[in-house]
Amino acid sequence: MIHNLLVANRGEIARRVFRSCRDAGIGTTAVFSDADAAAPHTREADVAVRLPGDAPGETYLRAELIVKAAADAGADAVHPGYGFLSENAAFARAVLDAGLTWVGPPPVAIETMGSKVESKRIMTAAGVPVLSELDPASVTEADLPLLVKASAGGGGRGMRVVRELGELTEAVESARAEAGSAFGDPTVFCERYLETGRHIEVQVLADSHGTVWAVGERECSIQRRHQKVVEEAPSPFVGEAMRAELFDAARKAASAIDYVGAGTVEFLAGPDGRFYFLEMNTRLQVEHPVTENVTGLDLVALQLSVAQGAKLPPEPPAPQGHSIEVRLYAEDPAAGWQPQSGTLHTFEVPGVDREFTHGAGLRLDSGVESGSVVGVHYDPMLAKVITWAPTRDEAARRLATALAGAKIHGVVTNRDLLVNVLRHEAFLAGETDTAFFDRHGLDTLARPLVGGDAEKLSALAAALADAARNRAAATTLGRLPSGWRNVRSAGQRKVFTRGDTTHEVLYSLTRDGLRAEGYDDVRLVSAEPGRVVLDVAGLRRTFAVARHGNVSFVDSALGSVAFTAEPRFADPSAALAAGSLVAPMPGTVVRLAVGVGDAVAAGDPLLWLEAMKMEHRIAAPADGVVTELPVEVGLQVEVGTILAVVGERA
Amino acid sequence: MTALRSVVDTRAGEFAANRESMLEKLAEIDAEHAKAVAGGGEKYVKRHRKRGKLLARERIELLIDEDSPFLELSPLAAWGSDYRVGASVITGIGVVEGVECLISASDPTVKGGASNPWTTKKSFRAADIAAQNRLPVINLVESGGADLPTQKEIFIPGGRIFRDITRSSAAKVPTVALVFGNSTAGGAYLPGMSDYVVMVKERAKVFLGGPPLVKMATGEESDDESLGGAEMHARTSGLADYLAADEQDAIRLGRSIIKRLNWHKKGPAPRSDYAEPLFDVEDLLGIVPSDLKVPFDPREVIARVVDGSDFDEFKPLYGSSLVTGWANIHGYPVGILANAQGVLFSEESQKAAQFIQLANQIDTPLVFLHNTTGYMVGKEYEQGGIIKHGAMMINAVSNSKVPHLSVLMGSSYGAGHYGMCGRAYDPRFLFAWPSAKSAVMGPAQLAGVLSIVARAAAAGRGQEYSEENDAAMRAMVENQIEAESMPMFLSGMLYDDGIIDPRDTRTVLGLSLSAIHNGPVKGAEGGFGVFRM
Repeated sequence: MIHNLLVANRGEIARRVFRSCRDAGIGTTAVFSDADAAAPHTREADVAVRLPGDAPGETYLRAELIVKAAADAGADAVHPGYGFLSENAAFARAVLDAGLTWVGPPPVAIETMGSKVESKRIMTAAGVPVLSELDPASVTEADLPLLVKASAGGGGRGMRVVRELGELTEAVESARAEAGSAFGDPTVFCERYLETGRHIEVQVLADSHGTVWAVGERECSIQRRHQKVVEEAPSPFVGEAMRAELFDAARKAASAIDYVGAGTVEFLAGPDGRFYFLEMNTRLQVEHPVTENVTGLDLVALQLSVAQGAKLPPEPPAPQGHSIEVRLYAEDPAAGWQPQSGTLHTFEVPGVDREFTHGAGLRLDSGVESGSVVGVHYDPMLAKVITWAPTRDEAARRLATALAGAKIHGVVTNRDLLVNVLRHEAFLAGETDTAFFDRHGLDTLARPLVGGDAEKLSALAAALADAARNRAAATTLGRLPSGWRNVRSAGQRKVFTRGDTTHEVLYSLTRDGLRAEGYDDVRLVSAEPGRVVLDVAGLRRTFAVARHGNVSFVDSALGSVAFTAEPRFADPSAALAAGSLVAPMPGTVVRLAVGVGDAVAAGDPLLWLEAMKMEHRIAAPADGVVTELPVEVGLQVEVGTILAVVGERA
Repeated sequence: MTALRSVVDTRAGEFAANRESMLEKLAEIDAEHAKAVAGGGEKYVKRHRKRGKLLARERIELLIDEDSPFLELSPLAAWGSDYRVGASVITGIGVVEGVECLISASDPTVKGGASNPWTTKKSFRAADIAAQNRLPVINLVESGGADLPTQKEIFIPGGRIFRDITRSSAAKVPTVALVFGNSTAGGAYLPGMSDYVVMVKERAKVFLGGPPLVKMATGEESDDESLGGAEMHARTSGLADYLAADEQDAIRLGRSIIKRLNWHKKGPAPRSDYAEPLFDVEDLLGIVPSDLKVPFDPREVIARVVDGSDFDEFKPLYGSSLVTGWANIHGYPVGILANAQGVLFSEESQKAAQFIQLANQIDTPLVFLHNTTGYMVGKEYEQGGIIKHGAMMINAVSNSKVPHLSVLMGSSYGAGHYGMCGRAYDPRFLFAWPSAKSAVMGPAQLAGVLSIVARAAAAGRGQEYSEENDAAMRAMVENQIEAESMPMFLSGMLYDDGIIDPRDTRTVLGLSLSAIHNGPVKGAEGGFGVFRM
């Protein structure tokens, strides 16, 4: 019997596991890095143990510290969540060696599946369809495109698509380097790359008595940079016959390695319905909730049961209805998926029916809450938002509406992209594959939900809320009419920017009501600092407005917009020197390509910044000479830090 | 608390006619204001903008707190004169970093911002307001100096400008000069006398004598920048405390100066939990009859001006032609004197004298709402001592030390104008409604008096009196007096601080009271003249 479970993880998955523990009456122990000291998962556990430091290497990846934490806290079992040490056989062994229950598969199974090369061999032997491995040395044009993958990889790291032979060597080299630094194992291999494959995976669950369930399939084809974004169950692509084949292959895969616990066998299916084994994830998946929603199973509870030796019934329940999950990331899809950080002032998803538990309607599994700080150290996923409905269309509609209406203030997210996907006709037609983003283009998919007139109205609402806020905060004459004049000249002016769009709102609040240039059919009903009601051509619309720093967040049924308020005055001393290159995101300087005095041509790399698992190249904006380079390797920089200055050539 | 009730019938034809007439007058005044706002006209505005400069009003808009109110003073100065309406300067009260300041901005689009005699008068009035109410002064300077052809009217009295700045400073009321352009010769003393000086780089030009004058005086070759450039003053002479990169930056610096003044108002703070009037201010348009001979109940006005329409009348049964009582306006306690039936009799005069003394006892500002044709004449009233009683009221008004505010709603004729705290009695602020008229007496009465006198003189000389000439004379006099009684004319003469929309009365009085409370609010400690009994 498990009495107290330590979750060797953070964020939403730690909270998810805690929820099942609470249901089962199992005590909870959290571990937390310094950056997560105030995180919800830290607060929710019965006991939380500090892992000093911020970086995963100092904290959540420190097996020995976590085992010690379990001992200190009196935990008798460890759940690894996903990511971090979840597929680390040495950690699993350390947990077992410490006399604790390991909520996961046997270490050997982890090891076997951890090597992509080895696992492919075993799968082939077990009769699971696989894509054959290609030797980089003998690859020909006919094999293109191909994929270079890290044997120990996951989450898209150490993966490269090669479309031209000439790129192969560099791709292998860089994949090797990335795999080496990310997983400590630089082994990579090549296989054919299915351009339009569908990513279909089967959830398996095996007990220690020989029962292996294929619980159900999920489709996770919509990915960016090999990171899943939208996941659903069942797959709109899979028919009964194919499902039977998939389930059969998945059970074979699990049985071949004497698997115990929850795992996922991932396949790539071509348009012809033939599918190939990709890998097996020997842990709980991020997207497990969609399977829970359609089966009514609590997969974490089952993991715990199986870990305690329980026997599964012969068959899993049959799935019902449809469930879709989206991963809400703090990232800017339109800006090369740049990860975002900052304070999440408000995080409210309307109409949430349940959290961390399955069922009909809207489910939220969130690692953050209003006020959370989104840092640079960990994965930028904020939350998973999941719906269940009798049909796929209904599930998509509910999810899109919930996301569109969510108040997310403080960091840029992929919300608009998610809504655009969920409302896209190709998605609704079930035409999803791994090239979805490329095919439909980010120009369309990452397009802001709010634009045009809606954005313009939101800017007016932001201005009027601002005016109300100014009046409320005025220490003198605060109750006199806003912007009152006995002699009218120009009205009030407020300037908001959003991306490349600038909104100059010129308005006066006269005794005859609002007068705003370019808003002829708009009447002001009421304005408070947090709420503006406008009558737009006879339609009454309410805008919630929140101001944090110089950013105004406007939420309405038209959608959500964040505007940056232009300051009335620019402090000239704050202006940057021309040619300054600033950090586009927080991160660490990992390499320098130049020194002060070096001549550079436009586009030449100056240095590399590592942030959120990605290396970002900072390139010269123009031909010139590096006049300043106020950084060094290892330096942590914030957004806006000057990294280099390129001056004119003497 | 006594909430006023209203009997105004907004559906009555009379109300609609009154309203129509008031709206017409407001439209006329708007048109005159627009002239002032237009400055030197399109051509000069365009030229000014082309130089990358902000217009005077734009500078003010940027200087004051966002969405805060601004009360422009004397906007129609120089109306009816040979000079542009507005007198090439904008003055007003605005809030900068939460501090009410007297802001004065020369309008460089009008003859380069040169001062004419009306500019000087308007600036004097602004300086008086600043001094009386302890308002920090911000001068937005860009002026070509004095309009030389009229120097005789400017040079000698104009010295007051510089005296006032340093006297303000002596009274610990800070003065700030933001120099956007020319400020030369005498004008150089404007920054010269100020506590804080900001100059705009490559724009400000501050020297006693320019290159030609220096050449003539000493033979020295020089240039503008070395004689009076902003950089020079910031780095070498030290006249500029701050060097601004551009106009916006100068305004930003000006705001940061005010922010650091550690400014405290000396008057008591207002209540903050007050209610708005119970009745619609819109009604004020229909309350004043278009024919001023018809009296109206000033309580209808008070009900639309004071907090919660809450007015406690003093001596309601005595001297009922003058309403007196206590109320609050935007949280500030006030005593109100309002003419009800036009004429002031002995009772009204004595009631007023007592009420004014009471307000002084309790340090409460007074608001005078004018609609008076003057003190009663006639044998009975003369014998009853109307002069003595009128004198008591004028004595009380003259020697009262609490702040006074006057609003000319309708008539303000004869000595009634004095007793109700007309311009000569130094109210802190005096505003007129478009319906107001002020003169020694009504035009018809004045013409009639002249006619009677002329007729008697003709009779005395044994001459025949031409009825035709008499009619023409009366018409001419009536027209002239009518024109000279009109608010635009009086406003042009700076006899008021501006003509206001009646619906703005509460706002204007609230803003004025708040400005007044920058200084202490104290009644007279005795100190009245001898009251004739």
